[in-house]
Amino acid sequence: MSGGVDSSVAAALLVNQGYDVVGIMMRLWSESIETNTVITNRCCTPDQMAEARRVAAHLNIPFYVLDAQSLFRKTIVQQFIDDHNAGLTPNPCIACNRQIRFSFLLQHAQALGAQFLATGHYARVRHVGDCYELLKGCDSQKDQSYVLYSLNQEKLAHILFPVGEYNKKDVRALAKKFSLPVAAKHDSQDLCFVADGNHQAFLQRQRMNGFQPGPILDQNGQELGHHAGLPLYTIGQRKGLGISADQPLFVLQKDNTKNAIIVGPREALEQFEFYIQDINWISGVAIPAGELVDIKIRYKATAVPGYVSKSINNEALIKLTAPVRGVTPGQGAVFYHGDVCLGGGIIQERNEDKVNEKSF
Amino acid sequence: MIKHNIYLDHGATTPVHPQVVQSMVPYWTEYYGNPSSSHSFGRQAELALRSARETIANLLNASPGEIIFTANGSASDNLAIRGVVRSRPMQGKGNHIIISSIEHSAVTKTAVQLAGFNECEVTILPVDHFGQIRLPDLEASIQPNTVLISIMAANNEIGTLQPIEDIGQIAREHGILFHTDAIQAMAIKQWDMSELPIDLLSIAPHKFYGPKGIGILYARKDIELEPVLTGGGQESNRRAGTENVAFAVGAAEALRLAMAEQPDLLQHYLLLSGRLIEGLTTALPGDCVLTGHPTQRLPHNASFAFRGISGNDILMHLDLAGIAASSGSACKTGDPKPSKILEAIGLGSEWTKGGLRLTVGRQNDLVDIEYTLQTIPNIIKKLQELDSIWA
Repeated sequence: MSGGVDSSVAAALLVNQGYDVVGIMMRLWSESIETNTVITNRCCTPDQMAEARRVAAHLNIPFYVLDAQSLFRKTIVQQFIDDHNAGLTPNPCIACNRQIRFSFLLQHAQALGAQFLATGHYARVRHVGDCYELLKGCDSQKDQSYVLYSLNQEKLAHILFPVGEYNKKDVRALAKKFSLPVAAKHDSQDLCFVADGNHQAFLQRQRMNGFQPGPILDQNGQELGHHAGLPLYTIGQRKGLGISADQPLFVLQKDNTKNAIIVGPREALEQFEFYIQDINWISGVAIPAGELVDIKIRYKATAVPGYVSKSINNEALIKLTAPVRGVTPGQGAVFYHGDVCLGGGIIQERNEDKVNEKSF
Repeated sequence: MIKHNIYLDHGATTPVHPQVVQSMVPYWTEYYGNPSSSHSFGRQAELALRSARETIANLLNASPGEIIFTANGSASDNLAIRGVVRSRPMQGKGNHIIISSIEHSAVTKTAVQLAGFNECEVTILPVDHFGQIRLPDLEASIQPNTVLISIMAANNEIGTLQPIEDIGQIAREHGILFHTDAIQAMAIKQWDMSELPIDLLSIAPHKFYGPKGIGILYARKDIELEPVLTGGGQESNRRAGTENVAFAVGAAEALRLAMAEQPDLLQHYLLLSGRLIEGLTTALPGDCVLTGHPTQRLPHNASFAFRGISGNDILMHLDLAGIAASSGSACKTGDPKPSKILEAIGLGSEWTKGGLRLTVGRQNDLVDIEYTLQTIPNIIKKLQELDSIWA
């Protein structure tokens, strides 16, 4: 329970269905601890805790807060910082759902004797024979299956997503119907541990010596200008490069070893293929090479058709039937068959040499 | 047959004794007058208040004028310390006070606040591994400008009893006032204030089957206390505000019952807490220690520290198993800090978040205890497993 309307309605639905429900909130890390300031998270604030507690009281269920502060800091937050320093653009919600929510919290819940861990995610679990499938939420605008691609059979057997069947509009209506004391807040896509969603400012605060400036190069290695630090730029960015050229130039790549930004024309942004690593297949079995699936290269991206071309160990080469722009190393590439989320992996750095590597 | 909802948190508060409830009933709608009023309603209320005061005074072998009703135990602590430090006789004396490192926050925070306002200096005495102050440390910290020593009779978290008669003696010898927060200790002995070298005594009836919302401060006659709450002059100008007659009556009845039932209750408590202590320390050797003094402790208090585990997590598991307990580092907002008390007695950092306090009461029996002894070790093992993965 987060104090928000989704998890509150999820709890109410379960209570209504006759489950024996226990409400748990996790206390996550907040910058104010380290920096001794009043910077607070967007999420998991004392106010929200009070709201979650009120909802639990209203539903007549126990409510506890689990301390995950230092775990969150040394896993999710540290990984976020390290990834940015390495020139990647991570989506920490993927790691948080994998490590914190559906490992740490799931294990604690099971230790308490729970059969299921339920959350307010817009997603669905379907039990088909002996297998469990992860499906998109019914509300396509709100679908959160993307960040859940790391789930597996063992975990899905113990997970419930009560609001996945509903639209957000219906969920708000349910909150009213259940008389839940939740505020009518707007949803936010910002990272929970970054105040005001300004993650560049956050990274700056975390980095003692500031960002390392470096060169902006074209695809031939010619220096065109300077950048103020890799974390300040995103793949596909055009503005703010400080270069004048006869055609618009876009950030193609962040080269960590050279601390350089590689830019090029719009067409150069297009990619037909990319590598992924740390792959998870929800069914436990990889999809066959060549089988066409829908691929999202970003949380809010429209899925595009593609397939696994080759794979070895936990890495794979993904090919698309049509090029996409803005393939960003560090982001998740998630695969779907219609509504079924098959799994995914983390997009690797663009490396032209790799295509010719013997092992691949 | 397993009882659910086993209450083992009597150190936090107790249910009100049925006889105490009965004693208070007439004062809601029958004898509801304000004791300060000059009419018959007021006189009735005043009589009840006086009677309650006298009952308490007699039980403590004190005089009625030495019994002050306050809002709760913390208010009594506040009145004792602020009252002494700010009183006229103490002005210009420099105002040095001595407390221990394991006082209840109502004593510590009050002393620290006054020091912050430069109204007094504070010396905080360390405690030994059992949580007792060392008398030579006390002697050594006394200064010419020391006006008050405040050391609790028993610690709420680890149950340790302080040598209050010895402390009182030392205070007497130096002409220093001695306050003791006896909030946890009231029901465990008979108090003869004419004999005991104690000048100020804080009492909280809700710890011995009385109502919450009232406290008592015993203050030896001749001690001037500057009131914390000023106003209508009630309690002989020591604590303003319309008196809570119903609760004063309840407090007196609770104290009467506590003293009358004491021998049987103490025996009952020792049996139950003894079983808890023996059971848990043998079930989890190396991972569970008894905290506080092994013998000089509150009879109903069985307090422990568990290695590498959060007391907060233990409480959550216990709650779901139907057992209510508490911990020195409990935190409802998921931000448990190491217990200051466990730090003060020298436990290492792998223990100080793992405190668990079980305090038995009148309604508990051996069935409760056996169920508890079956339940806790499993919880500890599960939490240790989780800790080995995630710490």
